[in-house]
Amino acid sequence: MAEEIKGGCARPTGGPVGEEAPPRGTEEKQVTLQEGKKMIQVGKKAPDFTAPGFHKDIFVNVKLKCKNLEWKYCP
Amino acid sequence: MSIDSMFVHKMWNDHELSKMVDGGVPFAMLSDAGGRVGTVYGVYDEDAGVETRGRFIIDPDGVVQGYEVLTPPVGRNVNETLRQVQAFQLVRKSKGAEATPSGWKPGKMTLKPGINLVGNVWKEWKTDMAFD
Repeated sequence: MAEEIKGGCARPTGGPVGEEAPPRGTEEKQVTLQEGKKMIQVGKKAPDFTAPGFHKDIFVNVKLKCKNLEWKYCP
Repeated sequence: MSIDSMFVHKMWNDHELSKMVDGGVPFAMLSDAGGRVGTVYGVYDEDAGVETRGRFIIDPDGVVQGYEVLTPPVGRNVNETLRQVQAFQLVRKSKGAEATPSGWKPGKMTLKPGINLVGNVWKEWKTDMAFD
């Protein structure tokens, strides 16, 4: 589950886990990259990520994989 | 998740969103400054440096079952998202024995995919069933 983090002056941020983020090159390179850009697809695994955030009065660090995966909506 | 810092999320929740929803936002508001997660999920707009609003349905196995991303001026429909979650839950529970056709909502008929259904959907499902 989410682990609590202290709210310092730094601005933490997250990122995908297990895979390299798509490289950012010059503008010319980006055009080429966009053609073959890797993006999520239905029916395929959701890319794991970790990210800091705010939840119920505390700062937390959340990992997609560490969440107890279940359908959150139950009628 | 947005490109805003967790500090901005706290201010937004405490000063505005908690006035719309009792107790504030019930889920974690995550920070993706730099847009690295948003890039993989297809919502990071590199030109503007922001993330477009989107929602993703991920099943208990971590598989993406659906997503919806719209340009900013048009909002999404939460009821439609809930309907899709209910449909995916039904399909999953049936282990693929049932499928929900266009316009399905809880209580409406489902299809039983198989050789007997091939060429016979028209007997089971009528076009007016696509609408409420």
